Amino acid sequence: MEPVLHSAPQVGHHPAPGKHYLNENTSLWDWITTVDHKRIGLMYLVGSLFFFMIGGLLALLLRLVLLTPQHTLFGITVDAEGYNRLFTLHGAIMVFLFIIPSIPGSLTNFVLPLMLGAKDVAFPKLNLASFYIYVVGAIMAVSSIYFGAIDTGWTFYTPYSSSSSSTSVAMMTMSVFVLGFSSILTGLNFVATVHKLRAPGMGWFDMPLFVWGMYSTAVIQILATPVLAITLVLLAIEKTFHIGIFDPKYGGDPVLFQHFFWFYSHPAVYIMILPGMAIISELIPTFSKKTIFGYRAIAYSSVSLALVSFIVWGHHMFVAGQSQLATVVFSALTFLVAIPSGVKVFNWLTTMYKGNIVLASPMLYALAFLILFAIGGLTGIFLGTLSTDIHLTDTYFVVAHFHYVMMGSTVTAFIGGLHYWWPKMTGRMYNEKLAKIAAVLWFIGFNATFLPQFIMGSQGMPRRYYNYLDQFQPFHAFSTFGSWIIGFSLFMTLAYLLASLRKPCDAPDDPWGGSTLEWRTSSPPITHNFHDQPVLEREPYDYRPGQSGRETH
Amino acid sequence: MSTTTPELHTHGGHEEGHNPYHQHHFATMEQQFDTAKIGIWSFLATEVLMFGGLFVGYGISQGKYPAEFVEAHAHLDWMMGALNTIVLLVSSWTMVMAVDAAKTNQRAKLKMYLLFTIACAFIFLIVKYFEYEHKWHEDLMPFKYYGTGETGIRPGDLMPGSHGYATFFSFYFMMTGLHGFHIIVGIVLLAWLYVKAGRDRFSSAYYTPVDLVGLYWHIVDMIWIYLFPLYYLIS
Repeated sequence: MEPVLHSAPQVGHHPAPGKHYLNENTSLWDWITTVDHKRIGLMYLVGSLFFFMIGGLLALLLRLVLLTPQHTLFGITVDAEGYNRLFTLHGAIMVFLFIIPSIPGSLTNFVLPLMLGAKDVAFPKLNLASFYIYVVGAIMAVSSIYFGAIDTGWTFYTPYSSSSSSTSVAMMTMSVFVLGFSSILTGLNFVATVHKLRAPGMGWFDMPLFVWGMYSTAVIQILATPVLAITLVLLAIEKTFHIGIFDPKYGGDPVLFQHFFWFYSHPAVYIMILPGMAIISELIPTFSKKTIFGYRAIAYSSVSLALVSFIVWGHHMFVAGQSQLATVVFSALTFLVAIPSGVKVFNWLTTMYKGNIVLASPMLYALAFLILFAIGGLTGIFLGTLSTDIHLTDTYFVVAHFHYVMMGSTVTAFIGGLHYWWPKMTGRMYNEKLAKIAAVLWFIGFNATFLPQFIMGSQGMPRRYYNYLDQFQPFHAFSTFGSWIIGFSLFMTLAYLLASLRKPCDAPDDPWGGSTLEWRTSSPPITHNFHDQPVLEREPYDYRPGQSGRETH
Repeated sequence: MSTTTPELHTHGGHEEGHNPYHQHHFATMEQQFDTAKIGIWSFLATEVLMFGGLFVGYGISQGKYPAEFVEAHAHLDWMMGALNTIVLLVSSWTMVMAVDAAKTNQRAKLKMYLLFTIACAFIFLIVKYFEYEHKWHEDLMPFKYYGTGETGIRPGDLMPGSHGYATFFSFYFMMTGLHGFHIIVGIVLLAWLYVKAGRDRFSSAYYTPVDLVGLYWHIVDMIWIYLFPLYYLIS
C-alpha cells in the first residue's frame, strides 16, 4: 500500500529508536502526573475494568442467589434487604463506574487524538483531572458500602431515597455527582479536540465514524449530565437538611425527581450505546475490507440519536402519574429512536454485503453486537408501546431489554474494540484462537442468561425481587447457568490479554489493515503520537490497494 | 500551563523566542485560543443546564402553589435584590474593561478593574449575608415549617398550609446558594488573575485566562438577572 501521508517536516518528533509512550519516563511519578492521553486512557482502562470485575462478581452473586427460591445457598444467606443492596450496588457500579466512563475514558482517550492526527486532546491537564475526579468518585462510591451501602436501586427514586431508606443515599449520590463532573470534563475535551485539532486536510466528513459517534456522545455528556448533577445535589440536601423539593412529606414533588432523573438518564443510555456504535462503525469496514456504506447517513444518525435522546425521557414514567397526553407524546417520540438506529444497522449490513469478511476476534464481537443490538432495540419498541408497556413495566422483560442494549451491545462493542486496539495500545498481539473461543462463549452465555428473562418477564416475574414463585425456577436456573458461561469467557479474556503482556512487543503497525490514522503510527505509538504531522489525503475507509485517492491527481 | 519538554523546543519547530504559553499540541496560538473558547462555552452550557434544572423545578412548583409563592415572596426585600442586581451589572462592566485592558497591554488598568470586580463580588455577598440572616431570624428556613410533635403533627411532617412556603424557600436557598457559591468561585478566580497580572503574565499576545474568567463572570451575572425577578418581583 502506498503511503497516504506525507510529512510536514517542520513539526517532526524523533525520539530515540525503540522508545515509545510506554517505556519513556517510566517512574511512578511520571505515570501519575502524565498528561499524555494514551497513558490516561490506559489508567482509565484499568480503573473501569476493575469496576467491571466488581460489578460482574456482584452480578454472579445475584444470579447465584436467584438459582433457587430459597434464601440460603451454599451457606450464603441473602435476605430481602441484602438483595436490595446487592442489585443497587451492581447497577450503580456498572452504570456510573464502568459503562459510562469505559469507552470514552479508555479507548476513546487513547484512539481519538490518533484518529484525528493530533498530538493530544485539546486540554491534557483537564484530561488528567477528569481521571482523578473519577478516582475520587469511585472511592466515595465504594466507601458508601462501609456507611451502610444503599438499597434504592441505581435510580434513587424519591421519596424512598429521601426519607425512608436508612442507607447512605447522600454519600452514593454525591459520588455520582463527582463522577458526573469527570464525565463532563471528558466530553468537553473531546468536543474541543474534534473541533480544533483535526489533521490538516481533514474536514468534518473525512473523520472516522468513531469520531462522529464519540462527538455525539460528548455533546450528550455536556448537556445532560449537569441536570443529573443538580438533581442529585438537591436529593442529598433534601436527605440531610429536609428541604422540600422532591419529597411530598416536605412539600415537594416526587414525579419531578423522576423527570429530572430521566432527563439525564435517558440521554445517558445514549452515552452508553453511542460509543458502542462508534466502535462497530470501525470494526465492520476494517474486517469487511470494504468502504463503509452510507458514511454520511451513519454520521448524521449519531448526531440525530443524540438529539432524539433528549426528548424521550418520559417513556420511563408511563405508569408514574404522567398525564395521558404526555405518555402518548413520549411514546410517539420514542419510536423516532428506531430510525437512526435502523439506519446504522442497515448501513453496517450493507457494508458487509459482498465484502471480503475476515472473521477475526474483533469482528466476531461486531457480529455479536449486530444480533444482540437488534434484539435489544426491537424489544425496546415493546416497551415504548403504551399498551404492552403497562403489562411489562418493572418485570424481567425490562431487565432483559436493557441488558441486551447496555451489556449485549455496549459491552460487546467495548470488548471488541479492546481487542481491535489492543495491539496499538500495548504493542502485543493476543492469542487469537483463545480470543475467538471467548467471543463465541460470550455470545452463547449472554443469550443463555438474558433470553429466559424475556420469557419470565412476559409471564409476570417482577424485577428487583429476591424471591419468586416456583413456576419461574427453570428460567432462573437457566439464566444463572448462562451467567457462569459469561463469567468464564470474561476471565478467559482477561487471562490471555494479560498473558500477551509478558511477550516483547510483536504487533505490526497495522495488524488488521485498518485505514484510519491511528494505524499509521507505530505500535505502541511514540509519546508524541506521530513522527511527522500526518496530513489526510484520502477518504476514510478506502481499502483499495495502491489507490491513494486525491494525491495521485 | 505548558506541557512542552526541552526536547520539543529543539525539535518542535517553533521559531526562536516563541510564546511561552504556546502548548506543544497546537500549531498556532490562535488555534490554542479558539480551542480554549470552545472549552469555556461548553462549560458555560453545563452551567446553564445545571441552573436550568432548578429554574424548571421552580416553575413547576410555582404552578403548583401560585398563591403561596406570592405570599412567601413578600418576605424578600426587593430593595436588597435590586441593589445586588446593580452591583453585579457594574461588576460585569468592570470585567469587560479588565479584559480590554489585558488585550491592550494596560497592566495597571487591568489590575484596577480586577480589584473593582472583586470588590463588587464582596458587596454582593455582604448584602446576601444580611438577607440570609434576616430570613433566619424570621424563621423562614425551609425546615422551620415542620412539626416538632407538640402540635399534634408528627415530627418532621409539614404543618398544614405550609407546603408552598417550604418549597418556595427550599428553591430560594438552593438557587441563591448555588449562585452565591459561583460568586465565591469567581472571587477566587479573579484573585488568581490579579496575582498573575501583578507578575505581568498577560499581554495582547496572551490573555486567554482573563477572557475565559470574564465569560464565566458574565454567566454568573446573567443567572442573577433571571433570579432577581423570579424571586423578588412576582405578584
